[in-house]
Amino acid sequence: MPDDEAREDAHKPAGDAGEEEQEKPAPPDDEVAAAIVEQFPATVFHRSHGQPVVYVDRSVWADLARFLRDEQQFTQCVDVTAVDHLLDAARMTVPGVAQERFEVVANYLSHPRNRRVRAICQVPEREPDVASLTDVYTGTNFAEREVYDLFGIRFDGHPDLARILMPDDWAGYPLRKDDAPARVPVTFKEDPGPR
Amino acid sequence: MSDETRTEISTPSADEEIRDLETPAELEEARLERQTDEGAQELRPQREVVLTGGPWPELEGEGEGETMIINMGPQHPSTHGVLRVMMELDAETVVRAKPIVGYLHTGMEKTGEELTYVQGATNVTRMDYASPLGNELVFSMAVERLLDVEVPPRAIWIRMLLVELNRMASHLLFQATNGMDLGALSMMIYGWREREVTLRLLEEITGLRMNHNFIRPGGVAADLPDGWEDAVHQTCEQVEAGVEEYDRLLTNNPIWHERTVGVGLITTEQALALGASGPILRSTGFPWDLRKAQPYLAYDEVDFDVIYTENGDCFDRFRIRLHEILESVKIVRQCVEKMPTGDYRVQDRKVTPPPRERIDESMEALIHHFKLFTEGFKVPPGETYVAIESPRGEIGCYLVSDGTGKPCRLHIRGPSFYNLQTMNVMVEGRLVADAVAVISSVDPIMGEVDR
Repeated sequence: MPDDEAREDAHKPAGDAGEEEQEKPAPPDDEVAAAIVEQFPATVFHRSHGQPVVYVDRSVWADLARFLRDEQQFTQCVDVTAVDHLLDAARMTVPGVAQERFEVVANYLSHPRNRRVRAICQVPEREPDVASLTDVYTGTNFAEREVYDLFGIRFDGHPDLARILMPDDWAGYPLRKDDAPARVPVTFKEDPGPR
Repeated sequence: MSDETRTEISTPSADEEIRDLETPAELEEARLERQTDEGAQELRPQREVVLTGGPWPELEGEGEGETMIINMGPQHPSTHGVLRVMMELDAETVVRAKPIVGYLHTGMEKTGEELTYVQGATNVTRMDYASPLGNELVFSMAVERLLDVEVPPRAIWIRMLLVELNRMASHLLFQATNGMDLGALSMMIYGWREREVTLRLLEEITGLRMNHNFIRPGGVAADLPDGWEDAVHQTCEQVEAGVEEYDRLLTNNPIWHERTVGVGLITTEQALALGASGPILRSTGFPWDLRKAQPYLAYDEVDFDVIYTENGDCFDRFRIRLHEILESVKIVRQCVEKMPTGDYRVQDRKVTPPPRERIDESMEALIHHFKLFTEGFKVPPGETYVAIESPRGEIGCYLVSDGTGKPCRLHIRGPSFYNLQTMNVMVEGRLVADAVAVISSVDPIMGEVDR
């Protein structure tokens, strides 16, 4: 599948302005999420299969991590990953969230409070960058490198943003939906050829 | 043929010819040509050495001082597969170490997007190949959560039995390789011996020694075979005897203490900040185990202890894993005792294929079977993160569905991937030989690191 076609067919630009003016979502029934919404008013709370999820603005990505660590006792950022929604057949919509092509996802865990919260921020295709969490949670170093490697999302302030899984000279970002895996031709040694 | 060459070279004219050559390189080449006729492999001088791999720009130009940078792996036997470590050394002291990964990257997360949910378990099971059932379990639990499917109790207990047997096998493998890395070679043989016992039992139950693809969305693939209770009890006894033997062999062994006590120190704060989990975190005096803290399956109905120690060194991590084997034996025995009867998978034909006998007599069963194995089942749009305690720590599955039969995104949070980051802290200021002990005690499984 040619890369450009896929992009044209399925990728819709960011949600309309009208989407944001819809009615306010229900107030969070999760205490951490409530504190986050209070601290960062643009945040949208969503309960996803019983798990608290906050959709935050990209500009407060690192501030949220600092808030969770310093004031909410979230001891660990368990995981950072990303999702490419380019070719989604049906994307889950959350009222109040202007959807972009990429989502960067961070899972936080508080050991003392024994609870989790997931933060998601929308990252547009035009400028795929987001603040690095390595200053707040050192352990996200590898994870952010992996996201950069596979999605091409840059993390500002990352100490060593280099490819981690793919070869250094690799072109393209494999987990993007428009990265064609068949782009690299497979060569066979000693091709017997037609008899 | 070779005689001819030799005669020719020994003649004065040929010697003169060699003297006529100008550059030393040409001389060298001529010399090598003379040498290679004895049946030896041709060995030419390598003119340029190009080091490829991960960049380390901050270290460029620093090599000429007191320190030097050496490379360990990716083919070093104690790097557990294909881990490569770049170390900056001051004599024999490690100043810095940087793990370089990616040598086993096979794009499994990308593959996961091409496979249906039915096929997905075959893919994830190959990630952490030392505890494949844990991967299958976390994937299946994520799919079930997106589907809102309740798994019958017998399936839950079979799953628990299997992952605990797998935890035993994984920790036994650790005992073997940990011993081997530190020179206790007999330990390797004993560890493999008991691991083989558990693998044989798993083979009896699932049909395969590894990469079982037995825990699937909706339950497990088959019911337990006849006489499984006796087989499980027998295995437990053998493993217990083995663990006692390891305990006698290593725990109070002064040589073992020399190599592990006080080596690879890490504090709770460091471990938490670096995203470590599992035995590494527990070795720092932090009793965190997801089986206890956030119980899944039926872990709240069985009795077991979370093993933790205070020192945070390699010896503690060894002890934790040794005693976790016994805790797993305890859980496995309770599974045998409390195993409920009933279905071993959900009876929802949209998720579970019909039994083989039904296919012959029912058209609907045939259609369901065909649909399930060709296009799989559709999962409503949504996203979820499920975490369980694997032998190495928190393994998580972040699954995003776009309403089709294949995941939009399948991400596995491999505990080894995060645990590897603690290596740098643990080896700083230690000897090179300790680096081996540290890598071993992190117990990284590269299949899970690189995915």
